[in-house]
Amino acid sequence: MRLEMDSLSENEEFARVVVAVFLSRLNPTLEEIDDVKTAVSEAVTNAVIHGYGGGVGKIRILAAAEDREFTVEISDRGAGIADVKKAMEPMFTTDPSGERSGMGFSFMEAFMDQVEVISAPGQGTKVIMKKRIGA
Amino acid sequence: MSNDTFTYEARGQILIIHLPKELDHHNCRNLRYETDLLLAENYINKVIFDFSKTEFMDSSGIGVLLNRYKQMAGSGGKVAICGAGAQVKRILSMGGVCRLIKNFDTKEAAIAD
Repeated sequence: MRLEMDSLSENEEFARVVVAVFLSRLNPTLEEIDDVKTAVSEAVTNAVIHGYGGGVGKIRILAAAEDREFTVEISDRGAGIADVKKAMEPMFTTDPSGERSGMGFSFMEAFMDQVEVISAPGQGTKVIMKKRIGA
Repeated sequence: MSNDTFTYEARGQILIIHLPKELDHHNCRNLRYETDLLLAENYINKVIFDFSKTEFMDSSGIGVLLNRYKQMAGSGGKVAICGAGAQVKRILSMGGVCRLIKNFDTKEAAIAD
């Protein structure tokens, strides 16, 4: 599955619902669907907020289902992250308002079996997540 | 009542915030501004978040709850949660909210506390 959409916050729900529908071919439990929806929502939200520095660019979502292994890749071609390790620390946030919890990456790691982040300044960010369904 | 916005209900000095079906970054955008306004203009000593319509929440919801908790704790007020379903409860517990904010099955129980 391949989806490209504008980095607008109203697309966050659309993105997680499309991925959940695609996931349904692996016959997941309701809890597994919720896990994947939450992880996708976190990654897409990050791309919407940080990907293009408040501007609008494209977010691409690729998903694949092979045997019982589900893979989803969420990427932007925007600002990128200078220090990925720091960005992934629990509670780390760049938001001064206090309204953002900084738990996005922690949730992705909690709900998926594997989370990989490939990013560099000016090169965009790619989040690759895997989950075994029916494990 | 729309499904994708917050609605507010006042019961004396209690503010009840009815949360939308999908509590994500997009739907949380206006909450801060709206609640700040309501809390500034009214004497509120308890805020209750009603999740009974909410089917999905991500870490954006955690940020909103923790910020409101800090705000109310600063003025000696209380925050409570009611009506949370299974998905919401998992997120609340993973986000560490359960240790800070009391969780009630019904709105009436949250009001009575």
